This record gives sequence, C-alpha cells and structure tokens, in this order.
Amino acid sequence: MATKTQEVEAKGGQSRHRSLGLSDDQALRIYEVMRLARAVDERMWLINRQGRAPFVISCQGQEGAQVGSAAALRPGQDWVAPYYRDAGVILWFGMTAKDQMLSFFARREDPNSGGRQMPGHFGSRRLHILTGGSPVATQLLHAAGIALASKQRKEDAVTAAYFGEGAASQGDCHEAMNFAGIHKLAVIFVCENNGYAISVPQSRQMAIPNLADRAAGYGFPGVVVDGNDVLACYEVTRHAVERARRGEGATLIEAKTYRFTAHSSDDDDKRYRQAEEVATWRQKDPIQRYAKYLRESATLTDPVEKDITERVDQQVDEATEYAEQAPDPTPDDLMTFVYKQGTVS
Amino acid sequence: MAQKTVIEAIREGMDEEMARDPSVFLIGEDVGQRGGVFLASDGLYKKYGELRVIDSPLAESCIVGVAIGAAVNGMRPIAEIQFADFIAPAMNQIIEEAARFCYRTAGDFSLPMVIRAPWGGGVHGALYHSQSIEATFAHIPGLKVVAPGTPADAKGLLKAAVRDPDPVLFLEHKRTYRLVKGEVPGGDAVVPIGKAEVKREGTDLSLIAYGLMLTYCLEVAEKLAAEDISAEVLDLRTIKPIDQAAIVATAKKTGKVLVVHEDTRFAGIAAEVMAIIMEQAFDALDAPLMRLTAPDVPAMPFNHVLEQAFMPNADRILHKAKELAAY
Repeated sequence: MATKTQEVEAKGGQSRHRSLGLSDDQALRIYEVMRLARAVDERMWLINRQGRAPFVISCQGQEGAQVGSAAALRPGQDWVAPYYRDAGVILWFGMTAKDQMLSFFARREDPNSGGRQMPGHFGSRRLHILTGGSPVATQLLHAAGIALASKQRKEDAVTAAYFGEGAASQGDCHEAMNFAGIHKLAVIFVCENNGYAISVPQSRQMAIPNLADRAAGYGFPGVVVDGNDVLACYEVTRHAVERARRGEGATLIEAKTYRFTAHSSDDDDKRYRQAEEVATWRQKDPIQRYAKYLRESATLTDPVEKDITERVDQQVDEATEYAEQAPDPTPDDLMTFVYKQGTVS
Repeated sequence: MAQKTVIEAIREGMDEEMARDPSVFLIGEDVGQRGGVFLASDGLYKKYGELRVIDSPLAESCIVGVAIGAAVNGMRPIAEIQFADFIAPAMNQIIEEAARFCYRTAGDFSLPMVIRAPWGGGVHGALYHSQSIEATFAHIPGLKVVAPGTPADAKGLLKAAVRDPDPVLFLEHKRTYRLVKGEVPGGDAVVPIGKAEVKREGTDLSLIAYGLMLTYCLEVAEKLAAEDISAEVLDLRTIKPIDQAAIVATAKKTGKVLVVHEDTRFAGIAAEVMAIIMEQAFDALDAPLMRLTAPDVPAMPFNHVLEQAFMPNADRILHKAKELAAY
C-alpha cells in the first residue's frame, strides 16, 4: 500500500521549512510564486468575465502541490511535463506572468505557442518545460522518454510529470508507469488529485481511495500527500528526487487537493458540486495555510507581505497591460512551422 | 555495387546511422535479442547494447510516446511498430502529439524521430498483418510519410529519415523485404525525402506507383514494351511531401496516367495524384486519369483466393494499362 505522510505536519514544529533544508528566503520565494500563480489566475477570470478574452483554465487551490513539488527540482536542468493547471510549476521553472498573459490573449509573442494554443498549454524548450496538448496523459509517456534519454546519456536529470486523477484512467498513464518501472527511470509522477475530472468524481474514475496504491503494480513507491500543505509536497518530492538521482527509479506522488474554480470558464460546477463542499475546501486554501505557518514561524512579517503583494500586483498589472496591447499573429503565421523548415505540401 | 535485399538494406542503414550518431537508438517489440520478427535489427542488440536497442513492452502508444520524449531530450529514436496494422493504439501519440509539436510551439520544439512500420500484403497476412496505412497518415500535416520500393531507396531514405528534423513514418513493404533485390551504393548515399524518381523512361503512358506495386509496374512496362507500348514508371518513394513536379512532368510527357496502389480506393493516394494532375496538367491529357487500387473492403482476407482478389497484380495492371494505351 502507498505510504502516507500525515506525520510531516507535526515534524519540525515551528521551523518546518528549516528542518527541510529551506532557508527563509527560499521559503518566502515558494510563497511568492504561489501568490503570483493565484493572482495571474484571478486576473484572467476577471478579464474573461469582462468579455476581453475567451477562455481560462485555473490553478486555484492547487498551488501548494504545484510549487511544493517543483521547488524540489532544478529549473533548467531537470524537466517538467506539466498539465494545463500547472501555473505554479511553470512559474517556478522560469516562465513569467507576462508569458502567461501573452498566452491568455493568444498573442504572436506568446512563448508557449505563438497564440496557437488555448491558455494552459505550456511549453518552453529553453526552460525544460515540455509542450502539452489537450489530450490527457500523453505527456506521461513523453516524460518517460525524456528520462530514458537522460539515462542513455548517463545524466542525472530528473523529470517530473504532472496529471490529474482523471488522466490516470488513460492507457498512456499505465504504459508510462510500466515503462518507467521496468527501466528504473528518473521520473516522478505527480498526480494532483482534485477529486473531479470536470464533473466526474473520483469514485467514478477508480474503485480505490488512493491512486498511489497503483505504484506497487509498477514496482516503485507510491506516496499520498496533503496537496494543500506545500512543505509536505516539497518534502515528498525531494525524497523522490533523491531516490531518482541515486538510480533507484520512479515514484508516484498523489497530492490530495481541490480546485476552487469550475473546470474552466466554460463550465458550471454548481451542476455537480455542493457549495458547502467548495467552501470547506476554501478553508484549506494552501496559500492561506502556508502564510499562517510562515507568520507563526516569524518568517513572514507585515513589511515582507506588503513587499510581496506589491511585486505580485505589479507583475500582473504590467503583464496584463503589455499582453493585451501586444500584436496578434498575422494570417501568414498560419502557415509557418508545420515542419521545422516551414510548410510542405 | 553489391546486390542486396530490402531487409538487408534497412539493417545496414540502421547500423550505419547508429554507428555515425550515438543519439540514434531503436525501440520496439522484439527488436533486441530476437533481432526483430523480420530480422531488420539482427545483430544490432549485440553490437550497440540494451540502452540503444530496446525491447519495449507490448504497447504501441508506449513505443511512440517514449520515442517522442527521447527526441525532445536530444535523442534520435527509431521506433518500430511490428506491423503497420498495430499502429492504431499509437495514433493519438502520432497524430495529436508528434505531428503537432513543431506547429503548436511555433517551432520551439521539433521531433527528429522515425517510426518504422512493415506494411502491405501478399504474404498471407490476412486482415491484421497486411494493411496499407499511408493515406491515413499522409492526411496529417506535420508528418512525413516515406514508402520505398527498392533496396537502394530503402537504405538511402532511412538515412534521410533518421537525419530529418521532423517525425517520419517509414513504411517498409514486407513482401519486398526478400523478394526485391538490387544494387545498393556503398558509402553514405542519402536519398532525399520528397523526391520521386523515374525508374523507367517512356513516352506513351505513365504508371505511377510506390512500394511493392513499383515492382509490378516495372514488370508490366517490360511486357508493354514487347507490344510496342512505351510506359514510363514513376516511383513516388515519398508519399508526403509528395513530389508534385515529378507527377506533373510525367503527365505532361505522356498525356496518359495510371496510378496504382494496394491501399483501398476511397480518398487514397491515387485520388490526390489525380487531383494534382487535374490542377496542373489538364491541358496535356489525352485520356481520362485512371487508377487501379484495392477495393473498399476493410483489408485483405486470409484465404488465398480472396487475397488475390484484393491485391492489384501485374496481370491486372497490364490489362488496365492496355485499356489506357488504347484510349
């Protein structure tokens, strides 16, 4: 059965982050990226509801699982294969609010896709962020392939592959975990289990309470972690990274979390979720929870919080202003990069 | 130059590319110890080891998906699908992923990878070991589709496919593997993707084909010559990108064109070739464009009578070519 990590909560008491080897600055950096992911997301909804952009898909509620896990990796050296909610992951790996807003407004300068893909379809070769499409779970096999290449070249890079519990039903999820298990690949499978695949609850997605239990079938450990506890997510991912770098292979991490918004700006979650359930989970907001901890450990003070808020607001304002006015692609851009050397009829 | 079979040429091509570039590796079912079910990779496992000749689990989406990831991270994978008929589980990875990486990132990502797949019939392979898949994949922008018919082209195009920056579906007609022998140039002879080749010059009519049908068309041209009909044979070699200039040139030269393939008829490659000629060489035509293809049934059955009824063969091509010549 999968390991569970409730004990993480108690361990270390008031200085949990220091006992995990994180400096105060690193702990605050994690907080700031979570805040930025949330702030960009909230601004996108505002703009969408004003009719200024057609589509939003959200990270809200899952920032702890995202930033906590990504913070255990080395941006630019390790690889991430994010799914469409992983704003916290890609911001940690070097994307900016401006990059997100350029994608949101589908501008020519959008570094993910040049305005070709919907928001949330991240990708940057330079930043080692794998490009994603809309079919789910395909990226898990790509992550296994990236890790295979690292093994073939005897490099110590680790690849983290992110997905929701709905994607776990796809055959590609099984095939990727099976392959990673056989070849002891340095892959960390991070399932952000938010309880719903659009409207379908976990109970109609699988017959087991913990997806992480499936790891046993692939010959590597499975860990269940509180996805709204960013430090717990950091800790289990760091252990998985260490294991992978030792050549011992993959780990499946199941971060139990919740999405605060509807599936997307085109969804109405009142059709399948009770308002009370959403309200209960909002009480467990990973950002508020982490802020409380940081204040109790005297890491976050009023002046520091004020500085962070100012920086986040400024980045979101500037990114929005820049991206909204940035040029669209031209009709000629339709025809480029069908192949590396342009179009071929 | 040495006489070689198609399968020997493919094996040599892979061997030479793996020796030339350490990022080239092979992944597929039974490609390791077994050397492939057709022995295409015979000896490579011993020579290059288990990290470069990887026996995959029996899962086609895994083979292609892992190859995509490895290509992202600096490798040049050759993914083998054991029979083209079994490629369907990998279609999501090929169509939605591999074919779109470059486009969906506006050129930031590209995938230098080859998917090899033995295709075609005439080997008593029945419904699931005989299929033609070229039209299905040629319809997908972002993929290149190659279908050589001779040993020299098989080796030269394989080298080109391995070095190409984009995903290439490399179709090896399994009936040609040991049936077709030919001269294979020594050295590093790369055949460019996207170039058809006139395999036999002629003036009265044009036969356009690829794969096994090329061999049959060359036989037919010989028989037609005995009846004073001069047939030109154009080997497409690459299905996508298709060599429009070569197609138009032969149509203008002879004014009569018969396109032959063993894939089924509806929306097949012949239809595309005929459309190109209609758009670009209509004035030069002396007869209606003709095509000889398999009928629109799911695939060729196991029973030999039914298999032969499905497959175009030299007799049927000859009959159709004479009908065209007489028009």
